[in-house]
Amino acid sequence: MRNLIRHIGTIFIITTIIFTLKPVLAQEKIVNIYSYRQPDLIAPLLQEFSKQTGIKTKLLYLNKGLVERLKAEGANSPADIILTTDFSRLIALKNAHLLRKVTSEKINNNIPPQYRDEEGYWFGLTVRARVVFASKARVKQNDITYEELAEEKWRGKICSRSGQNIYNIGLFASMIAHHGVEKTKKWLKGLKANLARSPVGNDRAQIKAIYSGECDISLGNSYYAGLMRNNEEYPEQKQWEAAVKILFPNRDGRGTHVNLSGMGMAKYAPNPQNALLLMEFLASKKAQEIYAEQVYEYPVLRGAELSSTVKSFGQLKADKISLSTIAEYSAKASRLVDEVGFDD
Amino acid sequence: MVANFNPFPLSRSTFMQFDKYIILAFLLALLVALPIISLIFMALASDFTSLKHIVTSILPRASLTTIILLFGVGILTALIGSITAWLVSFFAFPMRKFFSWALILPLAVPTYISAYGFVEFFSFTGPVQTLIRNIFGFSSPREYWFFEIRSLGGAIIVLSLVLYPYVYLLVRALFIIQGRVAIEAGEVLGAAKEKIFIKILIPLARPALALGVILVMMEAINDIGAMEYLGVKTLTLSIFSVWINQGDFAGAAQIALILLFIVLLLILVEQFARRRQKFSEVGKSTYHAQFNLYKISGIKKWLASLICLLPILSGFGIPFIILGNYALKSLRNGIDIRLFNATLTSVSLALMAAILTVIFAIFLTYAVRIKPTKIMKFLARLASIGYAIPGTIIALGIFIPLANFDNFLDFYMRNWFGISSGLLITGSGLTLIYAYIVRFMAIAEGTISSSLQKISYNLDEAASLYGRGRFATFREIIFPLLRPAIASAALLVFIDTLKELSATIMLRPFGIETLSIYIHDLASRGRIEQASTASILIILVGIVPLIFLSRTIIKKVE
Repeated sequence: MRNLIRHIGTIFIITTIIFTLKPVLAQEKIVNIYSYRQPDLIAPLLQEFSKQTGIKTKLLYLNKGLVERLKAEGANSPADIILTTDFSRLIALKNAHLLRKVTSEKINNNIPPQYRDEEGYWFGLTVRARVVFASKARVKQNDITYEELAEEKWRGKICSRSGQNIYNIGLFASMIAHHGVEKTKKWLKGLKANLARSPVGNDRAQIKAIYSGECDISLGNSYYAGLMRNNEEYPEQKQWEAAVKILFPNRDGRGTHVNLSGMGMAKYAPNPQNALLLMEFLASKKAQEIYAEQVYEYPVLRGAELSSTVKSFGQLKADKISLSTIAEYSAKASRLVDEVGFDD
Repeated sequence: MVANFNPFPLSRSTFMQFDKYIILAFLLALLVALPIISLIFMALASDFTSLKHIVTSILPRASLTTIILLFGVGILTALIGSITAWLVSFFAFPMRKFFSWALILPLAVPTYISAYGFVEFFSFTGPVQTLIRNIFGFSSPREYWFFEIRSLGGAIIVLSLVLYPYVYLLVRALFIIQGRVAIEAGEVLGAAKEKIFIKILIPLARPALALGVILVMMEAINDIGAMEYLGVKTLTLSIFSVWINQGDFAGAAQIALILLFIVLLLILVEQFARRRQKFSEVGKSTYHAQFNLYKISGIKKWLASLICLLPILSGFGIPFIILGNYALKSLRNGIDIRLFNATLTSVSLALMAAILTVIFAIFLTYAVRIKPTKIMKFLARLASIGYAIPGTIIALGIFIPLANFDNFLDFYMRNWFGISSGLLITGSGLTLIYAYIVRFMAIAEGTISSSLQKISYNLDEAASLYGRGRFATFREIIFPLLRPAIASAALLVFIDTLKELSATIMLRPFGIETLSIYIHDLASRGRIEQASTASILIILVGIVPLIFLSRTIIKKVE
């Protein structure tokens, strides 16, 4: 017993020392990334970058509290670059004065103005369209609008993930930007009334529910269809995806609501040169095509080749409204979701 | 109960010793309570613009859901935990020895993993519904009704099935120590066994039952992973929508304080209901007696086995089978080296957390025992309710003051010595350990103090009459009596640290990956098969200490 205690004590001391020293020891050419995006999604990109430049990358995935953590770390923050899955977080980072201005011709030439901050604080990397997935068997129409989702004909036929999900909030905020608060609230109530079940699961789960017959249509980001269609690890998802078709809402009108994944340089980035190199790489044709090929999103770079899967979805016509305008309404959109009890 | 008690002769030397100890304990309590105090400040540092929204649109619905969840889980775990503890402690039936430790197994399954396993098991494409469709020839879910596991009711069941072991463990420990005497008393009066259970054993076990249920409720209230997955909108989920989507951290902190308030209220109500009860004081003799188990007949015997088997099968078996199946598939592609590192990190973090939390808890509870001042009691309480707050929020309560301290230190180091100390604490794994201590103090403090309360004050008094100092009394008398409770506390904290996800994500520095983070990474990308291997590892690593745990409890009987 005494021996056991002594052993545990030794392990205890050694591990404490290792944990304390670990971050201090590494001193090499490096760029540190704080990311809202899952690590293995960007792993192939980062590998390619390290291969080209010899700069190592370290990534910390944080899905909540990134802003607060950066704020608290202040000038000593190790973060060089922040990657996000959504434009409202980019704007929130800028508003919290956590980003620094970047002027790079390489980046500006590749990313169209509507997909980057006009002052150069943040840049979009991929476009993500919020589309409607519809049952091939049960839905005849091939055109749809967001507005009609609140109409009575869809009663009990729609599945949705939580209304508080960041992509839904983006869509609802864009509805406020187009129609105002009152109309949007009415629309949300109508949408809620049409749900076949309480909001649950992610975008993939909604497609699965269409396959199993629980509902006829759902809202989701288009790339999920690509990820499922080409899922070799989990081949039953191919079957689920095969049950749905993709409708681009409002394509005859203002266009489909799109979100952005993007990047910004941390205000106190300790390795700004390396960070800039990584940002330029992520905006390059090579990286944009890796994105398109592997995660089925739309590259922001015009002329970057779309993956054949994405081409098969049909033509995307994106809503042109400015993303900063939408972002102004995201808090309101989230409150509306609470007010109408969307998630109950 | 002990307010007027002063066991110490007023000699100057013991007085000094005593004060140093109290000051240390006070500081430790303050350290553990600090994140909650900083959370209170964050909640108040606000223009309260969200308050109206919170009160009108969030609270009515979300608090109702939360309260139903808490009561549901509380009642169900109390039932499962105490009935199985009763059967296993007093009756002879097939496989009783196996059940006595296997009943703890579900504790090794993190709630988010269990939720996943249950949904898979009962989903449209899962084994149960597929079987039903094959038998009855249905093709669409619209043709038949099936229980929806992604619901409040489902959440109550899923959580209860992995959390009941807290109740089981604590109640069983009490039955072993005190049950026999109580039962004999009941028999002398000629009461039936079931009546003895309800009329004598349950009231006797009430402090343990209450502690178990409160721990269960705190775990249920802070859960995000499973609730999000099951689509149950509790107050905890609203914390995140207010904070992240509505950009109001102060508002989120306010909701977190409401959670604390609910938990404090529960504790107070329970204590108030129990105010007339006296703690029984145990000497060693009671648990040395050899206990003869009751023989039960035919059907009843098998029924007892079945009752014990069901919670194990569903709480442990379902997630284990679903995930084990995936894990086997993914093992064919070889083992990821990340997995090895993550296991090592998880185990060392859990080990450190367990040791430190228990040391802190001993200091705290002992300080409350020898000097039960109001402020000390208050701090001890504050220090042990961090468990009710979601990990991410408590993590911010830790990170923000510590990072400020780091930056402050760095500033002076640069000015005076020209060296940058950088983010000394927050840049290392130490913040994580701190967070675990804060989160799991409730478990350690509860387990140890409930055991300490049963040690007679006469022992302290006797020791001090023999001229023993504070430390000697503790080492020679109190510590040996507390050993089982200390072991239980350490093992529970170890297991909970292994499973912890949200504070770990928030606080970890670059390069630290634990098993829970590994699972989260892969699962959120839909790579369930690879994630399963890690889930099974968490469960297996957790089982080893669990077996130790049940041994320490059983040893007490022998």
